Amino acid sequence: MASLLRAVNISKAFPGVQALADVNLHVERGEVVAVVGENGAGKSTLMKILAGVTTADSGMLEVDGRPVALRSVTEAEHLGIVLIHQELNLAGNLDIAGNIFLGREPTWGGVLGLIDHSRMHDDAAHITGRLGLLASPYAVVDTLSIGQQQLVEIARALSLQSRLLILDEPTSSLTESETALLFRVLSELTEQGISILYISHRLKEVEIIADRVVVLRDGKNAGDLVGDEIMHHAIVQRMVGRELKQFFQRHRPEAIAGVHPVVSVRGVRWSEQQKGIDFTIAPGEIVGMAGLMGSGRTELAETLFGVRRMVSGAVAIDGVTIPIRTPADAINAGIFLIPEDRRVQGLILVDTVKDNISLTQLSSLSRFGIVQGSQEDELAQAMCQQFNVRTPSTSQTVANLSGGNQQKVVLAKWLSRTPRLLIMDEPTRGIDVGAKSEIYALMDDLAEKGAAILMISSDLEEILGMSDRVLVMHDGDLAGQLRRNELSEQVIMHLATGGAAKT
Amino acid sequence: MKKVLGIFAFLCLLYLLILIATDPEAWGSNNFNLSKRIGVYGISCLGVGLLIVTGGVDLSIGSVICFCAATFCWLVLDCKLPIPLAIFAILLLGAGIGALNGVLVTYVGLQAFVVTLCGLFAYRGAARWMTNDDIPRIAPAVASWSAFCNDSFLGVSVFAWMLLGFFAMATVFLHFTIHGRYFFAIGNNERAAHYSGINVNFYKILAYVLCSLFAAIGALMEVFWISSVQASSTGNFMELYAIAGAVLGGCSLRGGDGTTTGMIIGTAILCLLRNLIQMAEIKDYLEPVVIGGALLLCAILDEMLRRGISWSDISLFLRQLFRKQTP
Repeated sequence: MASLLRAVNISKAFPGVQALADVNLHVERGEVVAVVGENGAGKSTLMKILAGVTTADSGMLEVDGRPVALRSVTEAEHLGIVLIHQELNLAGNLDIAGNIFLGREPTWGGVLGLIDHSRMHDDAAHITGRLGLLASPYAVVDTLSIGQQQLVEIARALSLQSRLLILDEPTSSLTESETALLFRVLSELTEQGISILYISHRLKEVEIIADRVVVLRDGKNAGDLVGDEIMHHAIVQRMVGRELKQFFQRHRPEAIAGVHPVVSVRGVRWSEQQKGIDFTIAPGEIVGMAGLMGSGRTELAETLFGVRRMVSGAVAIDGVTIPIRTPADAINAGIFLIPEDRRVQGLILVDTVKDNISLTQLSSLSRFGIVQGSQEDELAQAMCQQFNVRTPSTSQTVANLSGGNQQKVVLAKWLSRTPRLLIMDEPTRGIDVGAKSEIYALMDDLAEKGAAILMISSDLEEILGMSDRVLVMHDGDLAGQLRRNELSEQVIMHLATGGAAKT
Repeated sequence: MKKVLGIFAFLCLLYLLILIATDPEAWGSNNFNLSKRIGVYGISCLGVGLLIVTGGVDLSIGSVICFCAATFCWLVLDCKLPIPLAIFAILLLGAGIGALNGVLVTYVGLQAFVVTLCGLFAYRGAARWMTNDDIPRIAPAVASWSAFCNDSFLGVSVFAWMLLGFFAMATVFLHFTIHGRYFFAIGNNERAAHYSGINVNFYKILAYVLCSLFAAIGALMEVFWISSVQASSTGNFMELYAIAGAVLGGCSLRGGDGTTTGMIIGTAILCLLRNLIQMAEIKDYLEPVVIGGALLLCAILDEMLRRGISWSDISLFLRQLFRKQTP
């Protein structure tokens, strides 16, 4: 019998990135297939193609052995393929039945289109009963727990006669007992012949639920694992296995031990659920911070920079505790942040290169509050030269620069002064290799001047290449701390996916 | 800059039309009246323009003008306050109203539109309550101030000279100081401004304070201009004229764009349009229609310039539209 779904040589490119290259995947009836990979490995893109959200550039899709074109979500749903997004798409003000049949409500009265409430609620009760969802179909969705809402999404998929459920990080906001319930429901569904594609960063869950694991790396297949082969370390090995390139420019200082730290972070928390984060960084040290998306890395950066409210904890710079309530407090203490999304938080895109660079130091460029145009020009010229920003002039609009040059403008905006602590959140995301290498050289240079650098990155190559030490985050807390000689991609991924630290 | 030149050309055209429509003997007095009106209207336009640059908006200007004018009469007539002191008190009142708006928008997190819409209702009502819906006899008390303000200097109204002064200050503030830079930064990308260490809330409140302060100044001008306050009509629609002037002058309601020169030209265009309607003896009540139409036309032209749409695109669009309607 033909596979329920077969995807052959699927490729998809976005401007500047080859998201998927010749990826193959097949799903049998009643099978749970987990798709795993690092951030940016192409999982989400593949799922979106399978669910008709986007279309592939090339490749072939077969359902029941017949080639199909999935041009829209409706077409995919028609063939029984339903994607349940990580963020639930429910209308919180409607009841369970209303959500399950949203857009397909049974009606009576012809053109009047009156909703047949009793039929809708009966049908809904039938489906929710199948899932073991105890709430009444009249319950308003906002009053349900996240786990119950998840089940409502699955109920909606079942009401579409779905044969393949695609779940994108379904457990990311579930409690342990809710996760257990979800798994019970999923295994019941597979007994009824429904197939499941399961995407998760949590490899422990994958070990439990998957019949087969498909690993993606850099948009390509990186091997399948079946049955007993499905083990945490085996998955991680396939997720990261690749060679390191030699463009990291790091001249490591001999010994940093014994020197007073530039930064010491004690018990910092931004939410009540955390245990509190502790670490120190020595002068001239580059500390990498690894972790999966949503593990709290960016939140930590925002808290240290005063954008996010610190619930408890203390930050000391050069031994002096600094109260950080606003970005201005952090900046005065010498803490600068190169934010995660340069276009949203880092730059004013419609402004010129000059305006962006001078924004952080206007007060030193002005006399009696009046901005001194000539000094501003000089600063912008000098910084563009120092950071090798390729722009026709400093009055060019930043939006017209390439990603790499935009990022250099963000650096130039801060680094006319030497920071004590420079926090870089994904400093090289989406920029070309040349600019990357230049940014690494700048980091090395800054470290040599005695600054402490905290580099948050999802790019393990970069973490391994640049860090003197690595902190790994998982679920809002530090999962472990690795010295240079302990570093390997496997160990980092092991910690980042919730594996226990070696003692 | 191009934008300002464009509307300036339009302004010159309007003025030419007015000269043609008027008897040469009346040119002098018409100029004087025009400059007076531009002086009074321009001040609130500058205020709201500064606010719009930060991405805010104030719908309560007209009511604030009325409330400030009514309070001024009460202070002078009932409290017997000397006029300079009363002026000072009104400026404080204006700043206070602005600070309240600003705090509600920033720290309380309400929408500017909602906050100032409430102000639009509340301050008008407060003014009527304050004057008992009467017309306070303020004329004798402010006679000398009134005479001074209604005078002319070099053929131009004193109000216009005052506006020129405020325009100079606003220009230096918005286009030459750090604070002005921060206004633009906040209007363009509030988050990036915040991440750059700018005290966003402070500057947003400052913008509301300036807006209401300028409205209070406008209220005083209004009192000295007509020497009378009528709570149900004083300052009516001033917020709309002010916002319209700022938008005509190139301010984007999304924030982050605008020049003080543009704001003044925008106000002048509105006043000239009104004058032209009177001169051409078009029915009075058609004035809002003409102003609304002119504003819409400007917005369309601006959008076309921004997207780079040419006439051939428009004719194509019209042809498609036409084809759809005749199957």
